[in-house]
Amino acid sequence: MSAFLYHFLFEFRTGLRNKTLLMMNYLFPLGFYAMMGLVMVPINPLFLETMIPGMAVFAILAATLLGLPDPLVTAREAGIFRSYKINGVPAISLLVIPALTTVLHVLLVTALITATAPLFFDAPLPVDWLGFALTVLVTAFACAGLGVLIGVISPSSRMTVLWSQLIYLPSMLLGGMMLPYSMLPATVRKMAQLLPATQAMNAFRGLAQGLAADFSPHGSLAILLTSGVLAFGLAVYLFNWDRSNTTQRGHPLLALLVLLPYAVGVLLLS
Amino acid sequence: MKDSVIKVTEFRKTYGDVVAVDGISFDVHRGEIFGLLGPNGAGKTSTLESLEGLRFPDGGSLQVLGIDPARQSRKLRNLIGVQLQTSGLPESIQVDEAMRFFCAYHGVAPRYDLLDRLGLAEKRRAQYHQLSTGLQRRLALALAVAHDPPVLFLDEPTAGLDVPSRVELHNLMRELQAAGTTIILATHDMAEAEEMSDRVAILLCGRIATRGTPMDITATGAGLTKVSVRTEGSSLSEAGGTFPAVSRSTVKDEYHIYFSTDIGPTVSAIIAHIDAREDTLIDLRVERPSLEDRFLEIATAGGAQ
Repeated sequence: MSAFLYHFLFEFRTGLRNKTLLMMNYLFPLGFYAMMGLVMVPINPLFLETMIPGMAVFAILAATLLGLPDPLVTAREAGIFRSYKINGVPAISLLVIPALTTVLHVLLVTALITATAPLFFDAPLPVDWLGFALTVLVTAFACAGLGVLIGVISPSSRMTVLWSQLIYLPSMLLGGMMLPYSMLPATVRKMAQLLPATQAMNAFRGLAQGLAADFSPHGSLAILLTSGVLAFGLAVYLFNWDRSNTTQRGHPLLALLVLLPYAVGVLLLS
Repeated sequence: MKDSVIKVTEFRKTYGDVVAVDGISFDVHRGEIFGLLGPNGAGKTSTLESLEGLRFPDGGSLQVLGIDPARQSRKLRNLIGVQLQTSGLPESIQVDEAMRFFCAYHGVAPRYDLLDRLGLAEKRRAQYHQLSTGLQRRLALALAVAHDPPVLFLDEPTAGLDVPSRVELHNLMRELQAAGTTIILATHDMAEAEEMSDRVAILLCGRIATRGTPMDITATGAGLTKVSVRTEGSSLSEAGGTFPAVSRSTVKDEYHIYFSTDIGPTVSAIIAHIDAREDTLIDLRVERPSLEDRFLEIATAGGAQ
């Protein structure tokens, strides 16, 4: 078996063994999904329209922004990366493999939500499965890139939480999962377009659920894809085996470039 | 001329204004166990980690098997084995998994026999965080040697190990040495360094204070050899401390203890004195100054060469 496959299997199992990762990958999104189904559906039946994509986006955000970055920071600070470097583990594997395994966990949770939401809560299934699958994958790719980038630039676990929450909390409030984008005030809408969740929900509406998108859903997919590529590129560029011993290749603030596609989207998509 | 596997020339390493290593030079021969000794902050780990390609030198040159570790670290990966001071493994990795994982990256078959040999047979399914410190050190060592590297770096390898594990580790080191492996051993444990090393270098404040075989180093100090003698009668009590080359003497637990600057004349005179008094010798022990004594002497003097 190849080293890559061993590494992948180990990281995948870590996502189940590690209590924090198990929480962020499975328990938190599935618990939230059950709660929203039991509480939100009776209060706001319109929520059902986008329940499956909304809960999929929630699962993606929890796993990639709250789960993925901290193990990277901890591994670097605990000298695990140094040990990996000595034994020939390539830097790219340290960034790509955790992202891939997180995406796999997310896909499993999304499949579970998609399979059970119509049975338990009478949620409508996507009308375009290809559009749905594509949007899930592109959103997971973009958010995994963000998670990896946060893990690379954060000097400590505390800072990781700060960076992650800077994206996660606004996404929960403004990302279109709780409140439709169309109900937000005009200025807030512009801010919301800077969030991956908003772009993902817009793409789901237009490309998967057969609903009216608030702006170009293909544009949203393009933004997510571009930001994902940028995030992984920046993560590789800014990666450090050992913060205390080596010179940083670029300033961590370079990571803000990942927001560029979203900023362009604010200007071009309306 | 001996074949140098590691060459360190005028190596310098700084962290901001702090000079951790200040222009040291030494070389290590093939199949040798070379001890790098010194107190905390002496520059041992900086030197070791620069040789491993983890840190970049600020001056001088380093070569391991003819490879510059800073510029060609990838070439070095399968040629060196490293046991870091901090073991550096993920908390949830199982012992078996760690062996498979690292061997896969080195392109060799997993060496489960090493796990058995180092007392990890019962713990193959245990996660890293469930192992005691000693078992974690043993696992790190097993992983360091699993790909049969020609050069092995051990940073405090016996820290946290119990006596049987230390003995097993020392046996393994000797076997590796006999098979031609070159070992650099950084340690605080002077007894271990003296027992295991062919040559040592003592680092103080980033400079080499002294180097050579443990025997050479202990012989060059001002340390006194301790001669402990016990007799049936009281012949030695009558003599006091008046033997040749004895600088001071004392009595403890029926033993007369003499500190000598020149062991030959002292012991000859003591035995002659006992014979002349028709006394009977029960026990005689000679303890040369240890590497630890010499190290303390150098550290106290604080002088670098």
